[in-house]
Amino acid sequence: MSEHQTLDPETAARKRAMGLFAAADRGVLEAGLAGIGELPDWQLLRAPEIGLVMVRGRTGGGGAPFNLGEVAVTRCAVTLSPDTVGTAYIMGRDKEKARLAALCDALWQRAETRDKVEADILEPIAETLAENDEKNAAETEATRVDFFTMVRGED
Amino acid sequence: MYVAVKGGEKAIANAHRLLADKRRGARSVPAMTVEQIVEQLALAVDRVMAEGSLYDKELAALAIKQARGDLIEAIFLVRAFRTTLPRFGHSEPLDTGEMHIRRRISATFKDLPGGQLLGPTFDYTHRLIDFALAAEGETPEPVRSAPRGGAAPRVTDLLNAEGLLEVDEDGDGNVGDLTREPIDFPAGRDVRLQALARGDEGFLLALGYSTQRGYARTHPFAGEIRMGEVEVELFVEELGFAVTLGRLTVTECQMITQFTGSAKVPPQFSRGYGLTFGHSERKSMAMALVDRALRFEEFGEELTAPAQDQEFVLSHSDNVQATGFTEHLKLPHYVDFQAELELIRRMRREIAERAEKAANDADETRAEEAAE
Repeated sequence: MSEHQTLDPETAARKRAMGLFAAADRGVLEAGLAGIGELPDWQLLRAPEIGLVMVRGRTGGGGAPFNLGEVAVTRCAVTLSPDTVGTAYIMGRDKEKARLAALCDALWQRAETRDKVEADILEPIAETLAENDEKNAAETEATRVDFFTMVRGED
Repeated sequence: MYVAVKGGEKAIANAHRLLADKRRGARSVPAMTVEQIVEQLALAVDRVMAEGSLYDKELAALAIKQARGDLIEAIFLVRAFRTTLPRFGHSEPLDTGEMHIRRRISATFKDLPGGQLLGPTFDYTHRLIDFALAAEGETPEPVRSAPRGGAAPRVTDLLNAEGLLEVDEDGDGNVGDLTREPIDFPAGRDVRLQALARGDEGFLLALGYSTQRGYARTHPFAGEIRMGEVEVELFVEELGFAVTLGRLTVTECQMITQFTGSAKVPPQFSRGYGLTFGHSERKSMAMALVDRALRFEEFGEELTAPAQDQEFVLSHSDNVQATGFTEHLKLPHYVDFQAELELIRRMRREIAERAEKAANDADETRAEEAAE
């Protein structure tokens, strides 16, 4: 399986991109794709489909895997003319978002459009994600317990 | 015996229409949106996801709306929905050590690396009704502080370094799935954890509590409770690598419990483990207590209490099964009951006949005695 799989830089970069498309709001992908301009011809290779992925945890946190429960996932694949296949697997049941994410993945794979996808779609998504993480971390940080020991009266 | 009964269609249709009306409530009050439920009844949504065994906030919220807030009914709806969908595969095991932490506490180590972060907790509230919530006021923004950063390793990994705590076992690579094959007793820990993760919170809470009160006591400490978001990845064959699907909120509880050692193993702490979808702290703690109790054989303990008995625990922890069997008693049992009624009547008739016969016999005897 893919556990501790070391990915070549190209695959690692695509994995990061696909993860960010999945994390984005649909509107962000819509706006991002609109910014790319005229899209090459594309077709649905696999129409958006909703299904389940069984989520696994590990016994004790680090031990043998067990089945925790399922998560709703939508997948989609598109072909960008002539032969680039874009794929999306995203959490949730938003078929339109899956289609947009698959298109983004295909455009990212093509040398002609990659820089634009990186700059106009991925960067804003990554920024929003980082901002949210920072905000949540800061809110959590404010609830950190700073223990201090009181010296009691008896001498 | 099953006998088809006709009739009642109109009554059923009208009852469902009445239900829809009651669900909506007074039309003068605005209808609740799914978004409101997701945002403002978040812990109910989390419970429905955990026990419905399907992580999908909008779906769980819609189920809560449809069920008029009856969470077991909502869980039932979610379980029914999942049967309509294909399964794409199973995820890579979640790495809770890499969690984006929203809350993390330890009752055993005051100064643990990464610190104690209370997060959004009911703990230390006074449990006084806040009447100000009834008035629609503004809620202040939370306080923010610059994060200190630094890793927050799982507490169990810290103790493991000293060898004082039982270590996680790797397992044999087989992962049981009770949604695919019925539970075969004795069930392995993987299947037990799956059943507990989707089990009824109230049932597990009561069982966990029973272990604390002495029915299979394990002297538990809340070694660590952490809640936050973890990434979930799916290995996709056609791509040849694991894609990140998104993030899930989960709650993890590491219960540290007693073990006095055996001939082979020196005294060390044993563990119970709890992991649930969403922010479900009580549930994950109860799950960890019951997980530990179910492991009694591994530690050479005696079977003395319900919480240790896996057949009892796993056969009754699922609230959809439980509610199905309990509530089916409402369905027509007219023929069954007729048979029972007939039986009771016959038994009473027989008893009466015997009594009458005995009385007659006694009368005859008395008459004979008198005649003598």
